[in-house]
Amino acid sequence: METYALLIASTLSAGTVLAIASLGLLINEKVGVLNLGAEGMMLCSALAGFAAVVATGNDWLGFAMGMLVGALLAGVFGILVIWLNTNQYATGLALTLFGAGISAFAGTAYVKETLAPRVQFALPWLGDLPWFGPALFRQHPLVYLTVAMAVGLALWLYRTRWGLVLRCVGENPASAHALGYRVRLIRLAAVMVGGALCGLAGAYLSVVYTPLWVEGMVAGKGWIALALTTFATWRPARVLLGAYLFGGVTMLQFHFQSTGVELPSQVLSMLPYLATILVLALISRNPQWIRINMPASLGKPFHPGG
Amino acid sequence: MLRLEARGQVSRFWTFASPVLALAITVLIGVALFMALGKNPVRGLEVFFWLPIRSGYALGELLVKATPLLIIALGLSVCFRANVWNIGAEGQYVLGAIFASGVALGAGPQSQSWLPAAVVLAGVAGGMLWASITAFLRDRFNANEILVSLMLVYVAIQVLGYLVTGPWKDPLGYNFPQSKTFDAVALVPRLFTGSRVNVGAILALLGVALLWVFLFRTGTGFAVQVGGLAPKAARFAGFSARRSIWVALLVSGACAGLAGALEVAGPIGQLTPYVPAGYGFAAIIVAFVGRLHPVGMVFSSLLLSMFYIGGEMAQSRLGLTRSLTDVFQGLLLFSLLACDTLLAYRVRWRR
Amino acid sequence: MTDLFKRSLFKTLALGTVAAAALVACGKKEEAKPAAAAPAPAAAPAPAKPDPLKIAFAYVGPVGDGGWTFAHDNGRKAIEKEFGDKVVTSFVENVPESADAERVIRDMAAQGNKLIFGTTFGYMDPMLKVAGDNAGVKFEHATGYKQGANMRTYDSRTYEGAYLAGLIAGKMTKSNTLGVVASIPIPEVIRNINSFTLGAQVSNPKVKTKVVWINGWFDPPKESEAASTLINGGADVLFQNTDSPAVLKTAETKGKRAFGWDSDMTSYGPKAHLASAVINWGPYYIKATKEALDGSWQGGGNTWWGVKEGAIDIVSIADDVPADTKAKVAEVKKGLADGSYSIWKGPITDNTGKVQIAKDTVADDKFLSGLNFYVKGVEGKIPGAK
Repeated sequence: METYALLIASTLSAGTVLAIASLGLLINEKVGVLNLGAEGMMLCSALAGFAAVVATGNDWLGFAMGMLVGALLAGVFGILVIWLNTNQYATGLALTLFGAGISAFAGTAYVKETLAPRVQFALPWLGDLPWFGPALFRQHPLVYLTVAMAVGLALWLYRTRWGLVLRCVGENPASAHALGYRVRLIRLAAVMVGGALCGLAGAYLSVVYTPLWVEGMVAGKGWIALALTTFATWRPARVLLGAYLFGGVTMLQFHFQSTGVELPSQVLSMLPYLATILVLALISRNPQWIRINMPASLGKPFHPGG
Repeated sequence: MLRLEARGQVSRFWTFASPVLALAITVLIGVALFMALGKNPVRGLEVFFWLPIRSGYALGELLVKATPLLIIALGLSVCFRANVWNIGAEGQYVLGAIFASGVALGAGPQSQSWLPAAVVLAGVAGGMLWASITAFLRDRFNANEILVSLMLVYVAIQVLGYLVTGPWKDPLGYNFPQSKTFDAVALVPRLFTGSRVNVGAILALLGVALLWVFLFRTGTGFAVQVGGLAPKAARFAGFSARRSIWVALLVSGACAGLAGALEVAGPIGQLTPYVPAGYGFAAIIVAFVGRLHPVGMVFSSLLLSMFYIGGEMAQSRLGLTRSLTDVFQGLLLFSLLACDTLLAYRVRWRR
Repeated sequence: MTDLFKRSLFKTLALGTVAAAALVACGKKEEAKPAAAAPAPAAAPAPAKPDPLKIAFAYVGPVGDGGWTFAHDNGRKAIEKEFGDKVVTSFVENVPESADAERVIRDMAAQGNKLIFGTTFGYMDPMLKVAGDNAGVKFEHATGYKQGANMRTYDSRTYEGAYLAGLIAGKMTKSNTLGVVASIPIPEVIRNINSFTLGAQVSNPKVKTKVVWINGWFDPPKESEAASTLINGGADVLFQNTDSPAVLKTAETKGKRAFGWDSDMTSYGPKAHLASAVINWGPYYIKATKEALDGSWQGGGNTWWGVKEGAIDIVSIADDVPADTKAKVAEVKKGLADGSYSIWKGPITDNTGKVQIAKDTVADDKFLSGLNFYVKGVEGKIPGAK
């Protein structure tokens, strides 16, 4: 029983990385911009966050640096895509490739660095509950913050005026422009916030989850986060669910190995990716459903004045 | 304030000049980077641009590296022109290598001389098979091909891992995860002694010609491109969007599979877990920098190979890390995308 | 698109390219010989009669990995320290085990290196090919099994380090469950898992070992997740055959114990660290260099050194390990050094009950090289085993 409590705890932790990045990408996509550069942003922020903690010893400063780097990179992406109208997919890919290269390059000095031992967190009283304590309440504060973020984002998007404006820009930028909203600035702001969140996810990875730096350590989580936004039909609460599901599948493959499940380890390693494909197929098969939920201007460039 | 003013039509001059300008910007940033790192920038440029072409052997190695990049890019250009975003060429490359290895391993030393051809064709089939999964899911379920093809890359790598540690592991290999080395008769023939250049280079050039014909002289090629540029017009003209998706993905899958087969039955000579070398992703850059045009991609594949080889040599000669290559490649693509604005827009200085 | 336009454009492009190449080629003339570029200052070529021997290393990972490559680089530095200005060393890191390796190694030979070390199994066939074309260059390949007239192989008995770690692990575990984060199911790794378990069983016959494979050598996030899984499954002492300190760090975070591997990893997890099983490539590298310098280097053959020759050791044993265990470790080390102690001495049964080594028989190197079973006490099946 104890094992399952701990498995749930690991799942929450693993899923948090995906959730934070995916929420950021959701904000991007809600406003109509598809940023394929998630992986590159996460790598650079992971390095930046790690370097900041090595230099100052302060985790939160590390998170802040990660967010800053993510926002900056997203800003560059945003200017190219929103003002110069470059192809969103290609620009995002360029960001991923560049981000992977520059983080590996700048990070060579940090491969042998190590951080001070990580603090073990536990909520008072709740953390001591039998089974539920270890399962749910002994997580890093960011895990709880992520849940709050998802809830907060959902409320903001669907209950506030600016949330409505954002969604409007995503659905029909021409109308928003006609109404007098600065579509391009709003898109840039959203892209940068989205980038900041991807940056936070990257920093969490290198500062809390695996407190080390090594090149390529994001290992595809950025891509899974992208898939998650589609999986969640662009709704924040479902993003959370999907993230924990995928985090769970990742941990499950090792769990199966150690409990002697008779499947080759490579088949188990494939599980998260196969699950993603399956879900994508199921979610997308109803074109009506997709059309209702997907922001209509996703991936299309916007030209004010036609 | 710099203002962008739309041109009436796409500038022909900038169609050619944009990649050159992008390269110039990348080189400039590279020089700045070298200086910031305390390295002699001229020596840096020499390592990246002169050493890889300095001798016959070096040129051969350049071709060896450029061949898979070019072949994959040829296929990708069909996809990208059709607005089908096949990011999973790496996975199709791996499956091509796997299928090719299957044929090569199954042959004994007495096999006929047509064996290499069979090996290569098997690779093509493998790549097409893998791409068809993406095509099917996009066609039938409307699943986003970017994400599906990418997830399939990871799956392909695991399949490779399973085969080399399990059923295809060399029984005389001390349990190391790799297949037997292929018998010489199964290998793709080399062109010159003393160099690793093989028939793949010729196939690549043939591919360039074929692609040119396909894109600019056939109906299907035309339909596929219109589908990418103006989907509504394509529908109006009766071009099947579904057919375009299948054609684009199968062609790029075939190309990636061919590249995989040539690598594994060529320079590598066996199936190892290290077959996925990132060519599927680098080919994306090759395709873009080459303007998705067959002839352009010949140049861009050579250019990117220079970056790769130069990056390797920069380590032992300049003490720089290998990741510099990736930085330059990413920078090149960024600059290219930015410079491409000049195709459709004029830059004006306004007070 | 008019022909005239096309031609003039291509002419401009061609001119531009030629101009650029000319500029670069001009710059080339001012260069003498390409300098070896090791970050550790290589000895300046002294005006001694013989030219310094040029030695090159091909590394599969980054020098800063704190594990496998770091240990090899320490060996390289040992050569420099020992031979001073008689040698000039250089290295290339992150050389993938693929077709690229051949080019890098060939380039090393072309640059005048006369002794080349390839530090991972995957360089085997590339090195063999380059060795065939460069009869005047000596090739040393780590952990491989193919040799040639000017190529030989070397390895270290990492399983001895694993056994010594096991002695400590058996004593320190309270849950009687040990966890191993393993890389790729090759005989070397299986041998290490087995030796670790055999050592633990000496101190504590009740232990069992759980194994999780990450299918790679160096992947800190995966190593961390695998370590967490083992801890969740009840293991309180972890061992690894992977190249990063992630397992140790995870153990530290979760309050469990673990060992360092390949290099001394104490600094990565001071509370969790029990000991580090290290590889010391210095002695062998110095021997090889000496032979290359005095002309006695011979191709072919395999060298497999362990505790006896100073290639393997267990270091930085934690203070809270009981004195009698420390004494036992020292005793076994002495026995391995003088040949009186054998780790792989029968009766040894595998985990299906079959007797693999008969009573009082000592397994020879050939048997150990092809090891493909788990000893009793290790749970599960080897991936890919028939």
